[in-house]
Amino acid sequence: MITMTMLYGSAGLMFAGFAVLSALDRGNPRRLANAAFWGLMALSLLAGDRLGDFGNGLLVLALAGIGGFNLLGKGRPASTSDEAREGWSIRLGNRLFLPALIIPLVALVGTLVTAYTPVGGWGLFEPKRETYAFLVLGVLLALVTLYLWLRPPALAPLQEGRRLVDSIGWALVLPQMLAALGAVFAAAGIGTIVGDGARAIIPEGNVFIACAIYAFGMAAFTMVMGNAFAAFPVLAAGIGVPLLIQQYGGSPAVVGAVGMLAGFCGTLMTPMAANFNLVPAALLDLKDQYGVIRAQVATALPLLLVNLLLIYFLAFAR
Amino acid sequence: MNAWPLLGIALVVAGFALRLNPMLVVTAAALVTGLLAGLDLHAVIATFGKAFNDNRIIAVVWLVLPVIGLLERYGLQQRAATLVRRMQGATTGRILALYLVYRQATAAVGLMSTAGQAQTVRPLVAPMALAAAEQDYGPLDPAVADLIKSMAAATDNVGLFFGEDIFIAIGSIVLIQQTLSADGYVLAPFELAVWAVPSAIAALLIHGGRMLWFDRRLRKVCR
Repeated sequence: MITMTMLYGSAGLMFAGFAVLSALDRGNPRRLANAAFWGLMALSLLAGDRLGDFGNGLLVLALAGIGGFNLLGKGRPASTSDEAREGWSIRLGNRLFLPALIIPLVALVGTLVTAYTPVGGWGLFEPKRETYAFLVLGVLLALVTLYLWLRPPALAPLQEGRRLVDSIGWALVLPQMLAALGAVFAAAGIGTIVGDGARAIIPEGNVFIACAIYAFGMAAFTMVMGNAFAAFPVLAAGIGVPLLIQQYGGSPAVVGAVGMLAGFCGTLMTPMAANFNLVPAALLDLKDQYGVIRAQVATALPLLLVNLLLIYFLAFAR
Repeated sequence: MNAWPLLGIALVVAGFALRLNPMLVVTAAALVTGLLAGLDLHAVIATFGKAFNDNRIIAVVWLVLPVIGLLERYGLQQRAATLVRRMQGATTGRILALYLVYRQATAAVGLMSTAGQAQTVRPLVAPMALAAAEQDYGPLDPAVADLIKSMAAATDNVGLFFGEDIFIAIGSIVLIQQTLSADGYVLAPFELAVWAVPSAIAALLIHGGRMLWFDRRLRKVCR
């Protein structure tokens, strides 16, 4: 069976490779910081379960220290020049797109086959995690294809991958940090405090204001937590179920489904949703780390209003 | 009720507003919130570490980077740009609007992980959108290029968020189902998924319209 431990292990080996190559990279004056940072990621992925909770906590603090005080530099792995790439692109033509399609295709076919054929019953994969297993299989298949077809230097995938992780930098770890922050927030009872507070300010008997506070609250709390999944249970338990569904007789399906989507509008407007909003800014070398959020606000605000109106008109339609 | 942990939220908001390094903001917020809630330092660090370890699945997705990097080495971005230059009538806005439709449609049938910021936006969509603008207006000002790249990233997010909830086997649908069933409202995934359709259409009209309008804005900025 392909277990999660094996998937973490493959990612861990990749980061270990980045760490070693970073340490040897004399073109990067901060090579030791990069080596330590990617080395800690490798340690977490390879041995996180054996470090203990406190040990993992110290590991996170070390990552935060290296990333937070901007100690990371940019490696200079050997790659091809723009002219050489233009040449390859002309020589290889549109066939170049095919290896890029291997990963999604393997993930798709694999997920469908496990879901709809007896293969799913063979117990090859950890339940609900098949897509990740196929993603990794797709990556391996794409790498084999590229090795056979283009015969790159043996270390090229690791060097090119290192070029990309160094351009993302600490933002690569931030999504995981934010998920961990959410857990601390939950342990501190933030959800209960916010739910009680929201109920206290809603005037009695006004359905539209209750809908508005539910929808805007969902977006606002999502912006704070960086994730609609963290906001939904709080706002549903605080306002959605007791007020909109039980007191005013709203449809549970609409209140639930559209309420979550109101939260998604919040996701578009917050740096806390780092993997969607900050990582791409790093990945695309944007000058403004909030550039993606700026581009999204004009879509998110009208869409939030639409979702509020959908809840008001659809949930209470007779 | 102890409301002091809310200071942790205030710290996060202030930290991001002041553009401090997010790694420091998040770490400080976690420590402060935990301590204000009455946990001791050892327990806060352990809670933080355990949750980080529980969320390692996020890191597995980065395994695609060596493949993307290797393809870039052999000119994938240049190829994507060439493809656009050969298309008749391809503009930045039209390419992004088309990508929005593609992303929403594929996410709606469960193919969330077939595209994404690392998988498609950086190697394909952003170079295509840039190439279309360069085709029309010549070399771009760096600020305009950044704007186009931001729009490409935004389009991927909007398409994903407002497509995936139509697919019944997604985490958010499961979460809605579980939360409501705790209060005695038992709903089938399909009942929830249909109510994601109106918002999906609204997202398509609003963001798609913005992208087509974006062509006019580019014309003004670049001339």
